[in-house]
Amino acid sequence: MSAWDIIRDATPQLVSACIAYTIPIAIVSFIIGLTIAVITALVKISHRGGLFNIVKAFFYFYVWLFRSTPLLVQLFIVFFGLPYLRIAGILPDGIRLTPVVAGIITFSLNTGAYASETIRGAILSIPDGQWEAAYSLGMTKRKVLWRIILPQASRVSLPPLSNEFIGLVKDTSLAASITIVEMFEVSQQIAAENYQPLIMYILVAAIYAVICSVLTILQSYLEKRVSRYSVSN
Amino acid sequence: MINLKNVSKTFGKQHALDNISLQFPKNKTSVIVGPSGSGKSTLLRSLNLLETPEAGEYEFNDQKIDFSKKLSSKTILNIRRKTSMVFQSFNLFPHLTVLKNVMEGQVQVLNKSKEEAKEVAEQLLDKVGMLDKADSYPSQLSGGQAQRVAIARSLAMHPEYILLDEPTSALDPEIELEVLKVLLDLAKEKQSLVIVTHNLTFAQRVADKIVFIEDGKVGFDGDTKDFFESDDQRIKDFLAAMTLQNI
Repeated sequence: MSAWDIIRDATPQLVSACIAYTIPIAIVSFIIGLTIAVITALVKISHRGGLFNIVKAFFYFYVWLFRSTPLLVQLFIVFFGLPYLRIAGILPDGIRLTPVVAGIITFSLNTGAYASETIRGAILSIPDGQWEAAYSLGMTKRKVLWRIILPQASRVSLPPLSNEFIGLVKDTSLAASITIVEMFEVSQQIAAENYQPLIMYILVAAIYAVICSVLTILQSYLEKRVSRYSVSN
Repeated sequence: MINLKNVSKTFGKQHALDNISLQFPKNKTSVIVGPSGSGKSTLLRSLNLLETPEAGEYEFNDQKIDFSKKLSSKTILNIRRKTSMVFQSFNLFPHLTVLKNVMEGQVQVLNKSKEEAKEVAEQLLDKVGMLDKADSYPSQLSGGQAQRVAIARSLAMHPEYILLDEPTSALDPEIELEVLKVLLDLAKEKQSLVIVTHNLTFAQRVADKIVFIEDGKVGFDGDTKDFFESDDQRIKDFLAAMTLQNI
């Protein structure tokens, strides 16, 4: 079999694993992660005190935890570890998650921790004058955030968030280690059958590169769209 | 009528406002002048509650606020809806077109329909001579144009008072004029204005009353004519310094 034959036979299987697992896991995890990130960023920048400090402390702990431990280890804890979290009476069987659910939970929390700092930085980069102008019109804090600050912050955070999404797409390959049959896992299985690891792993790397290139093009299109207001004549 | 009684505000050890008592009458133009760092901006921003003084009373029509107590958000919103600010650096919303900048407060705060808000916005943009730029973004405007849009945005809220914080300080002199004309028109229409400015020629022309602030204290509060003819040495020094600056 020539290298070309190997590529022709393997590509459809890899692409279907990519469509079935890699892309959906990345997209769902990113959407959940972004939601967590916005909430985390808003809690962190809040000036509220009192009991709210406990909530704040919890979110600081969460970000610290997920940024200070390896993603692969996090996946292992959630998928292989949690079934052993047995609490008599409440959780006699531990927490058993399907591989995909465990993967999405871990990827979401990991993305949320990193993206929250991106979004927090973007919100803080909007000049005070924007808050003041909106407040002086009589807008409530919630309206100022949703109507004035977040739309501007989203533009600022678009490049770093695109970075994080591209990173996440590649990180889904780690899901192979928790028994998800995503694209990288499929490439390993085929390589084990045809004894062509070099070709197989270069092929799967090339498919990741194609996806990420498409995302990069999408990013520059989005950047042009959201920054149309800053183009001066 | 705005009525301040014994209002004080400190930043750290510095007295930004030191026991200030003042009135800003309705349908008049009040101009606040004074050296840099004297507390004029803090005073103006306190009227919109962007700054909260620590002591004193603030009466707005029938509403009384005691600064020594914590203000409820309802009180703050209520005052802000009756006063609107125009800033030295314009602070237009860069992600919205000129038209939408003027519509935003009407829709979000006054709960007007979009059609209604658009109609008002177009009228006001016409009034300040900016209707042809309705679909532009703020980054496409000159400073004078941006400030005229900011004035329209502020007028759209039908505020009882418009508070202007050095509205022309960031503008070149020849551009300054187009903004001053708009303000003179508003003064003629008996819109209540409180203006902080360094432009004494403009102050002399537009003001019904002058407030002179120095070191957080009221150094003069009265007729425009009396201010410019004052025998008070500090006022004379201030006027001399400002005129020299303007050469």
